[in-house]
Amino acid sequence: MLSSEEIARIADEITSLFEMRKTAPSNEPAQAAYHAAGRENQPAAKSEGGSILQQKEEEKKQLEQVAGSIPEADTEPDRRQPLLTDPADPDALRRMMSKTTARIGVSHAGPRLKTQTMLKLRMDHAAARDAVMMDVSEALIDRLGLLFTKTRCEDKNTYLTRPDLGRDFDDETRKLISESCKHDVDVQLIVSDGLSSSAIEANAERILPVITEGLKERGISVGTPIFVKYGRVAAQDRISELLNATIVCSLIGERPGLATAESMSAYISYKATVGMPEARRTVVSNIHKDGVPAVEAGAYIVDLLALILEKKASGVELQK
Amino acid sequence: MSYQTILAGQKYTFENVKEVLAKAGEHKSGDVLAGVAASSDMERVAAKEVLASMPLKDLYENPVAPYEEDEVTRMNIDGLNRTIYGQIQNMTVSDLREWLMDYATTNEDIYRISKGLTAEMVAAVCKLMTNLDLIYVSSKIRVTAHCNTTVGERGIMGTRLQPNHTTDNVEGITASLFEGLSYGCGDVLIGLNPVNDTVSSLAEVLKRFDEVKNSLEIPTQICVLGHITTQIEAVRQGAPCDMIFQSIAGSEKGNRAFGFGKETVEEALALLQVHGTAPGPNVLYFETGQGSELSSDAHWGADQVTMEARCYAFARPFHPFMVNTVVGFIGPEYLYDSKQVIRAGLEDHFMAKLSGIPMGCDCCYTNHMMADQNDIENLALLLGAAGVNYILGVPTSDDIMLNYQTNAYHDIGTIREILGLRPIPAFERWLEKMGIMENGRLTKYAGDPTIFLQKGR
Repeated sequence: MLSSEEIARIADEITSLFEMRKTAPSNEPAQAAYHAAGRENQPAAKSEGGSILQQKEEEKKQLEQVAGSIPEADTEPDRRQPLLTDPADPDALRRMMSKTTARIGVSHAGPRLKTQTMLKLRMDHAAARDAVMMDVSEALIDRLGLLFTKTRCEDKNTYLTRPDLGRDFDDETRKLISESCKHDVDVQLIVSDGLSSSAIEANAERILPVITEGLKERGISVGTPIFVKYGRVAAQDRISELLNATIVCSLIGERPGLATAESMSAYISYKATVGMPEARRTVVSNIHKDGVPAVEAGAYIVDLLALILEKKASGVELQK
Repeated sequence: MSYQTILAGQKYTFENVKEVLAKAGEHKSGDVLAGVAASSDMERVAAKEVLASMPLKDLYENPVAPYEEDEVTRMNIDGLNRTIYGQIQNMTVSDLREWLMDYATTNEDIYRISKGLTAEMVAAVCKLMTNLDLIYVSSKIRVTAHCNTTVGERGIMGTRLQPNHTTDNVEGITASLFEGLSYGCGDVLIGLNPVNDTVSSLAEVLKRFDEVKNSLEIPTQICVLGHITTQIEAVRQGAPCDMIFQSIAGSEKGNRAFGFGKETVEEALALLQVHGTAPGPNVLYFETGQGSELSSDAHWGADQVTMEARCYAFARPFHPFMVNTVVGFIGPEYLYDSKQVIRAGLEDHFMAKLSGIPMGCDCCYTNHMMADQNDIENLALLLGAAGVNYILGVPTSDDIMLNYQTNAYHDIGTIREILGLRPIPAFERWLEKMGIMENGRLTKYAGDPTIFLQKGR
């Protein structure tokens, strides 16, 4: 919180700047003159100091909410509120902000970001980091009835730096997959953490039953669903070969951005083989609550799988 | 020809120049992934010792990709000034390092010698430099270029304004653009990474950029960074365009994986010389980044710093207006953490400047790397001190389309103020006219994107 001395100092600064503007020489840059003129119609500078005080109160409240010192989860501040307090055209600013999710109208503290903006960025980055580094819960894997497997990566760090190891399994795991799963099915479903465990936690439970039931209704056979920990997309190629599946479909967490850490994709391949070109995969991306919601995406994926089965092709070969 | 040295009683042997180069590099996860990195810190130092006493001639004679099989090697070797090369061929890499550092060595001296350097020599000397060495020598070098305005002059730090949007919505792009202009960004380029790489989408955005540039009389450059072939087609169909962009690699195979070759760039250049909206002569924009060759298996068994230096050898004959490394975009399997990204940013900037390239840097990171905004702010400030031509700016650092973070619009004004740097002069005069800047510092009217609506949209 600002002390009363600081507020008085800020108010004085504003007053003096305001006075300076009013007496600005006529060769002053056009835009500054425009601003100065705009300020003529505003209340006296002292009360502007008061509005600063109010604004600081408001910011403090929002700040506390962002920082989590207020426990209620539903009191999160509206990020769409501009922090810029006196734009030349307030309606235009709102209109501009409605056209993009980019963080604009954020104003500044000197040349730097305001505290609320900075903390919101930190929060979103923290969510993204957690999505990458945390594991999918065993409880979820159990609830979905997935066969638990792990690639050749021993830990998250190896996973991040060795994409080659995240595409394959050791002999023991290969044996487990081969012995525990149905062979020669039409569609083999795979769930994998990839770069966002949060994406799996948020979407898998909604999408998996939709796909499984949808396929069964169409008479398409579905294999034993598998969970792949520390998995890259191409791990599906090995599974495809081990089980002789016609199609493999991997639901995998995407690299998180600051807007969402919960984005999932489905990578679908017809008769996948180890080392095949990436262009042979069909991708459904952006599956999350603010993108394509999981249930909707599930229905779409069922149609897509049926089409791929019929056309006997995926990826660029499907587009032909 | 093999190389040997004895270090702390142990003998180290390296099969060839390529192995010495790879093992002499600072530790990078991408070189470990490629299986070419030194296996211990002692081996790394041994390789550096060998490299230090290696004559430049050895590097000239041993390009990491064979002349007969690689276009980039041919461009590098064929484009060399033989007279200048002849004068320096017997210098060792250590000699070159100390000559660059010498008080008496000027920008003009370095420009001259750059005409006799191959990419392998540039990479070699880089591997013998500390971070401060890289900053110090870079700060001596100025590489300017002219499109509509001039980039790269001493005392200037520019920005590419990157108003990306999740669906290429033109109004949304314009909103981010105005926000950026209001913070004094955009003097080097207003440049969008499109979601839709189609001729119509590129043309629509280019048209908007052109309108804004003309109606507000902004002295800058515009570009939409689609694939080079899409941009060529857009210009053919009449889209206004100052500059054509392409991501490049350090080998022909890498460039083919990006879907173009030398002849495509020549086509773009010839087209803009006739149909471009800028007088030039520098009308091309390239992006690079350590590790991209390995990701397309086009690295010829070489390390990522050497492959990066070869990107500049490819770029050089086309006289681009701007080149930047997108240093932290590629991910932790190539650059693991902030230490590696900061090092790579300084290396790329140094190597490009030494190659005669007007270099900028996208100081960036993804959310699966061990880095955060603090690290990227550090890198931008270091590069400001090193005399980087430009950095990037996006709203608050969050690129909503590419899902990574780079510098915020706010960072450029901050760094300019700290280091006493200015925008490109013509752009600064425009900022003054708009009331956003006074005496090289942002005014209290900066940060309001709606001030441009009166004249523009």
